[in-house]
Amino acid sequence: MGIMDKHAAIERNATLLLAGSLVVVSIGGIVEIAPLFYLENTIEKVEGMRPYSPLELAGRNIYIREGCYVCHSQMIRPFRDEVERYGHYSLAAESMYDHPFQWGSKRTGPDLARVGDRYSNEWHVQHLIEPRSVVPESIMPSYAFLANYPLETDDISAHLVANQRVGVPYTDEMVENAEADMLAQADPDADWSGVEMRYPKAKLGDFDGDPRALTEMDALVAYLQMLGTLVDFSTYDEAAGQR
Amino acid sequence: MKYGPETIGVSLAAFLALLGAAFSGDDSFAAHMWVAFFVLAGGAIMLLRQISFAPAFGPGDDSGYLDGPVRYGTVATMFWGIVGFLVGVLVALQLAYPDLNIEPWFSFGRMRPLHTSAVVFAFGGNALIATSFYVVQRTSNVRLWGGNLAWFVFWGYQFFIVMAATGYLLGITDSREYAEPEWYVDLFLTVVWVAYLLVFLGTILVRKEPHIYVANWFYLSFIVTIAMLHVVNNLAMPVGLLDAKSYSLFAGVQDALTQWWYGHNAVGFFLTAGFLGMMYYFVPKQAERPVYSYRLSIVHFWSLIFLYIWAGPHHLHYTALPDWAQTLGMVFSIMLWMPSWGGMINGLMTLSGAWDKLRTDPIIRMMVMAIAFYGMSTFEGPVMSIKAVNSLSHYTDWTIGHVHSGALGWVGMISFGAIYFLVPKLWGRERLYSLRLVTWHFWLATLGIVVYAAVMWVSGIQQGLMWREYDDQGFLVYSFAESVAAMHPYYVMRVLGGVLYLIGALIMAYNITMTILGYSREEQPIGEAAPAAQPAE
Repeated sequence: MGIMDKHAAIERNATLLLAGSLVVVSIGGIVEIAPLFYLENTIEKVEGMRPYSPLELAGRNIYIREGCYVCHSQMIRPFRDEVERYGHYSLAAESMYDHPFQWGSKRTGPDLARVGDRYSNEWHVQHLIEPRSVVPESIMPSYAFLANYPLETDDISAHLVANQRVGVPYTDEMVENAEADMLAQADPDADWSGVEMRYPKAKLGDFDGDPRALTEMDALVAYLQMLGTLVDFSTYDEAAGQR
Repeated sequence: MKYGPETIGVSLAAFLALLGAAFSGDDSFAAHMWVAFFVLAGGAIMLLRQISFAPAFGPGDDSGYLDGPVRYGTVATMFWGIVGFLVGVLVALQLAYPDLNIEPWFSFGRMRPLHTSAVVFAFGGNALIATSFYVVQRTSNVRLWGGNLAWFVFWGYQFFIVMAATGYLLGITDSREYAEPEWYVDLFLTVVWVAYLLVFLGTILVRKEPHIYVANWFYLSFIVTIAMLHVVNNLAMPVGLLDAKSYSLFAGVQDALTQWWYGHNAVGFFLTAGFLGMMYYFVPKQAERPVYSYRLSIVHFWSLIFLYIWAGPHHLHYTALPDWAQTLGMVFSIMLWMPSWGGMINGLMTLSGAWDKLRTDPIIRMMVMAIAFYGMSTFEGPVMSIKAVNSLSHYTDWTIGHVHSGALGWVGMISFGAIYFLVPKLWGRERLYSLRLVTWHFWLATLGIVVYAAVMWVSGIQQGLMWREYDDQGFLVYSFAESVAAMHPYYVMRVLGGVLYLIGALIMAYNITMTILGYSREEQPIGEAAPAAQPAE
């Protein structure tokens, strides 16, 4: 056992042991993760993806803050039952602007990748306030407090800048108008032309049933209502998207 | 002043936290900084008044070894263990009875990270730090390197736990599972972890034994790999220097694989390699037998740490992760079965010639049960990583059951065994307060795990089957809500399993408290109680 004898050298030299371990544990990650950044077919070519509108981004941050990902996935697998239950299987492109991703790992509740447009705003608000009043079997906690918490709007441009820095293509125009866009998107009486131009397909109008106040409920429902609605699947080439 | 620089340092940190609270950009950061301020201010006052925890924390450290941090770490392990198990029972109850959610701070979404972090990092982490400090001194035959740096590691780590735990309840999370703390807490943990690496590696470097003992290979690879995983996985852009929120450097598919590369190796290195180090010291000690095979330990050490890193993608089967990465993850996960069982065999076979101790020594029994659960869950893991199996098991309670058989069975039991071994030695007691209470703990914990894992198998597989059930007409049979309703009885039974495990831990806490205080219960030795055979008349 020649190799085993040589191992004694490592056992007597802590630096060698440390360096050896570090090399050995680095290989797997490098081989698996690094190619995802340069293999071009990792993310499918699709039409319709855009960064989140400021209101949606704020809603997404509430989704993260409340730990919704603990019970809800946002990743539909390409199985017959999942596609029938939830809609088209999820594409990598659909989370290309997600810092961080929200694919989840557990379905204590249903998948939410395409929950957008499935229910009315009123349903969502009622469901978040008292889940069992609309789904008797539900074991979801109540989030009634969201309707009473005013949404913070003054620092949203800083959030867009942070996203810009990690590579989300927010333009300087988007950053400048961030707070105005946020207020306008949830205001039924506002001029929506700017929001619609910068964030196509954004859901507009009051979300939480109280047009006078901009609350965290508005933001969360705005986010839920756009989930999975951006990509235009009529133009998606499934064969080209295979990886 | 006895602790001059320490007192000044902690006071300065408290002042910085106060400034952070005053000038913060958002409310949650301000609240979190207030928490930090009060904790640090309390620490500064304790240092100033030189409050001494002796006699509870035992004799001084003039024995040649620095055992103070080990003693504190042992008590902290016990404390955080009970916190973690208790929160586990609470979140299990919340799933069975959703009205127990108290919004906004105590709802399931904020409580579950509290449970996982409390058990993995607070209980498991303290057990690892304390035992590694103990083991590295004995096997190197020197005092811990770096003087009071070991104390900084201990207290810094407790402060990290408090900041992480309060952060979750305040809604401060970056949503990366098992790495939820935000950027500033992550930065602080990095400092503590580097100090930990320095103390451990420094002690090995100045050792007086020619060889580095096998337990230390595992501890060292665990420390250095966790450092790498922690730093890479938490790369993020903060919104502002006085703002709690940050945005992950990576997006979507790259972010997902980075997270599960971290997530699986938090299991592989934190919960496996580190605890194997524990096994390699405490099982031979308690059994009073040498490690079974030196050669096997070399082979399984290098293959384990090499293969584990590749297994992350099995958390992302059939997702938008490219197929090549999924397949690679699956293949390596299956190969991982072999080195895992290498460790199990080496641990179990160490009892060769000492198997009779199972009858008389409940601590050995606990360690053997831990290794058995290690073997069981490292077999179940590769099975679940097979794509066809995973298509059923993923997103269901089966995964939760798998994790718990590893965490409660392997991590919990081997830590309990190590603590039962350590406490009489660290406090200079002749023996534990009561061995019979250890037997009670053993059976309650084992029963709790079996109930928990079995219930989760049934609920997980039922869930998976209900979601994909079709009728003759080709329609889905069950709505999602019906599958939720069907879980209720299992969720109630799961609570029972958790409660059994928690009661076992409470008995242990009582037992080691009495041992520390110097009591010993008069009781008949186990195994010798049977009446001697009477000669036939």
